[in-house]
Amino acid sequence: MPKYLLIMRGTDESNAAMMANIDEMMATTRQFIEEMIKAGVLLAAEGLDDPGQGVVVDFSGETPVVTDGPYGETKELFGGYFLLDVASKQEAVEWAKRVPAAPGSKIEVRRVAGSDEVPQGNERIVKERAGRESTGQI
Amino acid sequence: MGTADVEAVWRIESARIVAALTRFTGDFGLAEDAAQEAVAEALVSWPLASPANPAGWLMATARRRAIDAIRRRTALQDRYALLAADPAVDEEIDPDKIDDDVLALMFVSCHPVLSPEARVALTLRVVGGLSSKEIARAFLVPVPTVQARITRGKKTIAAAGVPFELPPAAERQERLGGVLSVIYVIFTEGSTATSGDRLLRPDVAYEAIRLARTLAALQPDEPEVHGLLALCELTAARFPARTGADGSPVLLEDQDRRLWDFSAIRRGLAALAKASTRGLGPYGLQAAIAAAHASAPSVEATDWDRIVALYEALGRVAPSPVVELNRAVAVAMASGPAHALAIVDELIASDRLPGSHLVPTVRGELLARLGRRPEARAELELAARLCANQRERSVLLRKAATLS
Repeated sequence: MPKYLLIMRGTDESNAAMMANIDEMMATTRQFIEEMIKAGVLLAAEGLDDPGQGVVVDFSGETPVVTDGPYGETKELFGGYFLLDVASKQEAVEWAKRVPAAPGSKIEVRRVAGSDEVPQGNERIVKERAGRESTGQI
Repeated sequence: MGTADVEAVWRIESARIVAALTRFTGDFGLAEDAAQEAVAEALVSWPLASPANPAGWLMATARRRAIDAIRRRTALQDRYALLAADPAVDEEIDPDKIDDDVLALMFVSCHPVLSPEARVALTLRVVGGLSSKEIARAFLVPVPTVQARITRGKKTIAAAGVPFELPPAAERQERLGGVLSVIYVIFTEGSTATSGDRLLRPDVAYEAIRLARTLAALQPDEPEVHGLLALCELTAARFPARTGADGSPVLLEDQDRRLWDFSAIRRGLAALAKASTRGLGPYGLQAAIAAAHASAPSVEATDWDRIVALYEALGRVAPSPVVELNRAVAVAMASGPAHALAIVDELIASDRLPGSHLVPTVRGELLARLGRRPEARAELELAARLCANQRERSVLLRKAATLS
């Protein structure tokens, strides 16, 4: 069944708001995670460390170049995720609406592609995908 | 908000709303009716104006419909009862009790007074949040059949006076076994459709996995719940490789194992570890067999001796002719087709699987491996006549044809 990644995208403001209320935030998040486990939909959930602690490995040149954060012009930074196994995109969106997210942050909802869907455009894979679709496998 | 959005909210809320309403009213049938009325209203009104809190809207509306129903009923019966009923329905949901209530809902939906078909339909409807149409599609039966099963089921529950509570300790294990078997039946329908033109229906199997995950979260100390979840995860992990591009079945030996879902295998193995705390039960043993396959790089490199041992153990705790037949297949791989044929012939002699296409399927395979081609062909043709799944049937006929 379709898997969706709920990608938490925080801003400096939303991260600050979250940190100001961190205990309450942790408690409500734990409760939310419990709820998704009991609904049988949660496959994984993680939160990321302070973006300032991260680095970027840049492949623009011939050899990868490592630079410290922050990450260019990006205003919204990936701060954590929930991986869900749900019946529909609408259900993933409904769960996303319930995430105890700090004001100002955003959640991106993205479907996880099956191993059989990449690379796009390959003739054999396109055919196989059509076959699977016709049999309701995807 | 469109229909799909309403359905999505309902899938998330169904079990909790029906459970809470059953707790308020003490009447499972009434609670289910009221919940369905609320969904029907949502389908009409949400596209025009979405509520700020859809889950709360559904609960409040369902509760009002339940109160209306009680009022109608008490108007006919006893007006004084209305006074008694009102305070009960005004209570808020107790968050500490809702888990037990959802669990009680699963036990009621899978109650032994119900027919097996009604258990499946009620579980998918009230716990899974599926519509009659979705259940009908899952089991390839007409929608009115599903509706009739649900209506009859609710009447049966009421007539038998089934209480809304967790089963008493003395019955707990047996009743839990009943819930597990309903989930298993749903999973099996998705993993090997008993009829129709498709071998796999992953959407149906998914509903079972979801129910098993819920049960595992609510009953974390029951090893067999984890065993069933492990079995479902490990079996579903092979789905991507089990059918070819045209939907025809691909046998285990021919499957491209790179297509197996390794995240699902990992989840299955984790669940199996939780199932193994006090020795494996029937579901745990089947999961261990599935794990042996899932961990093997090829058919040849599979630990068939271990699989034979697991089937022997399974035959001791849950004897069944199907287990014997599977043991025969494993024995054929571990120590050759002649030994296996003896097991199958014994099954036939005792007539323990009459009319099943599986016996002649396996016997035909074994005879073919022993070089007894005309007999093998006759067996596979017999199997094809007995098999109700069109996809499996054409594989059997193709195989029979190669033996002429």
